[in-house]
Amino acid sequence: MSQTSALKVPGAAPLPLQAEPLTLRPNVNDAHVRFIGLGKTYPGQAQPALQGIDLNIRRGEIFGIIGRSGAGKSSLLRTINRLEQPSHGRVLVDQVDIGGFDEDQLVNLRRSIGMIFQHFNLMSAKTVWQNVELPLKVAGVAKAERQRKVRALLQLVGLEEKHQVYPAQLSGGQKQRVGIARALVHDPRILLCDEATSALDPETTASILELLRDINRRLGLTIVLITHEMAVIRDICHQVVVLDRGQVVEQGEVWRVFGAARHAVTRTLLAPLQPRLPDALTGRLQASPASRDSAVVLKLTVPGEPDLTALFNTLGGSVRLLQGGVQAIGEHALGQLIVSVQHSPHATGPLLERARRWAEDVEVLGYVV
Amino acid sequence: MWFDRLLQGLLDTLLMVGVSSLIALLAGVPMAVLLVTSDKGGIFAAPTLNRVLGAFVNLFRSIPFLILMVALIPFTRMVVGTTYGVWAAVVPLTIAATPFFARIAEVSLREVDHGLVEAAQAMGCRRWHIVWHVLLPEALPGIVGGFTITLVTLINSSAMAGAIGAGGLGDIAYRYGYQRFDSQIMLTVIAMLVALVALIQLGGDRLARGLNKR
Ligand SMILES: Nc1ncnc2c1ncn2[C@@H]1O[C@H](COP(=O)(O)OP(=O)(O)O)[C@@H](O)[C@H]1O
Ligand SMILES: [Mg+2]
Repeated sequence: MSQTSALKVPGAAPLPLQAEPLTLRPNVNDAHVRFIGLGKTYPGQAQPALQGIDLNIRRGEIFGIIGRSGAGKSSLLRTINRLEQPSHGRVLVDQVDIGGFDEDQLVNLRRSIGMIFQHFNLMSAKTVWQNVELPLKVAGVAKAERQRKVRALLQLVGLEEKHQVYPAQLSGGQKQRVGIARALVHDPRILLCDEATSALDPETTASILELLRDINRRLGLTIVLITHEMAVIRDICHQVVVLDRGQVVEQGEVWRVFGAARHAVTRTLLAPLQPRLPDALTGRLQASPASRDSAVVLKLTVPGEPDLTALFNTLGGSVRLLQGGVQAIGEHALGQLIVSVQHSPHATGPLLERARRWAEDVEVLGYVV
Repeated sequence: MWFDRLLQGLLDTLLMVGVSSLIALLAGVPMAVLLVTSDKGGIFAAPTLNRVLGAFVNLFRSIPFLILMVALIPFTRMVVGTTYGVWAAVVPLTIAATPFFARIAEVSLREVDHGLVEAAQAMGCRRWHIVWHVLLPEALPGIVGGFTITLVTLINSSAMAGAIGAGGLGDIAYRYGYQRFDSQIMLTVIAMLVALVALIQLGGDRLARGLNKR
């Protein structure tokens, strides 16, 4: 957490140029949750659901997990509060291996880790108040203290008025707010979110994300979240890991991974956020130059606001902007442009080389006449 | 004269059904909880115990009540000291009703969304907390519905018990209606039974609906 202790670590990676206060450097001592050689195979399944997972989740960070359906995201998340027991490897929470915990230790661990769910999982027979109170009640917290905490949390999530209501009478967004209040009632240090906004409409999603970000900032809570909505990752996560078939295929700061996705799965997942060629142009796109007049179509990704003068000077020839823009990822800007460049067909190699000097990631989409 | 007899019969029936259903409730709910939670993947997973208990419940449920009652005569004599009268009927009625009710309650408990159990685990509930604060309250409307069915079934069985000397409305209907062809008494008894069942069903449905917050 503190800069000085981070600097003492031998071999710590140098500060990235565009580092912001929240972009912490890799430092295992700061790992809030650590997976070491984690593997999980469900009984009766041939394929492991997780294998060889080595990851650090740092304190105070919002850590996103993405991947196709069945990639192992939930399995990974659920090893953190041991709703799922790993078959191999270890999970450390606050440097403590939770593998050998007995029921008492597990109960204590789980009280320090909140969890929210896609389908909210609220008790239908209990009122909003009783739902939020339940974790305190089973922990034997005194009534006065329970009332104080439940009231404070319902206020935090903006549901004081609804405390007597049963979950069935709430909207999806309100249900998730109750879920969040319930998850926070023990003052946890970690919040786990498994597709917490997947059942919500975009507007409600935005308000829930705002609440999560607020909680992360104000309470310094470490948040680990699974989502299939890339906009959620872009809007609130600091770090992201991409899982495929139970393995980590890509990992890093969100703006870096989004800026230069290496793995095919990541590229597919990110496609909805990418600028797309207009359909008319896609139809005309060819795999190789048809004539001397063909122009190459490039997708360029560049951190920050793209310097267009530099782009034109670097590429030379006639450059046309086909599509593109700048999106904000945390405090970073990421420019993504699709351009066509008219050039001599024999010089594609040198052209790409020049383009790579300007952009972090260059992809040849094809050629147009 | 026969009004007194009918009243006595009604009270006997209510006593038989009341006592045996109360015992069935007190024994059936824990049995249902055990059937659900000891199953594999349950919070008190004990597959062997689960199979033994399941087989035991099935055994008693598959024996027709009339045969069960006769087969239990030595046991009944051991427990209540007689094989005749209301208290002698309570023994087979309870033994038939408990597994019956346990199975129905089990279904309601199984229908509780597993996500709720997980949420409870994730919030740091111990296993007994999950039974007490999650499984039972969530399944309560279904359990009440199941208890209503059990009561109605018990009225049915108690009439059968009455026919072999346990007293109650069944006894009266059998003696006056069947043996003496007194259709007036027969019809009165039928009307009373219909009213009783309707009352129980109505009350049970109302309670279950009131408890259901979904
Ligand atoms: N309880 C379970 N029993 C057996 N297989 C499971 C179980 N839970 C998950 N799996 C399997 O493990 C793999 C990963 O599942 P999961 O972690 O739920 O993926 P995701 O959350 O990324 O969709 C899938 O192939 C799934 O079928
Ligand atoms: Mg999942």
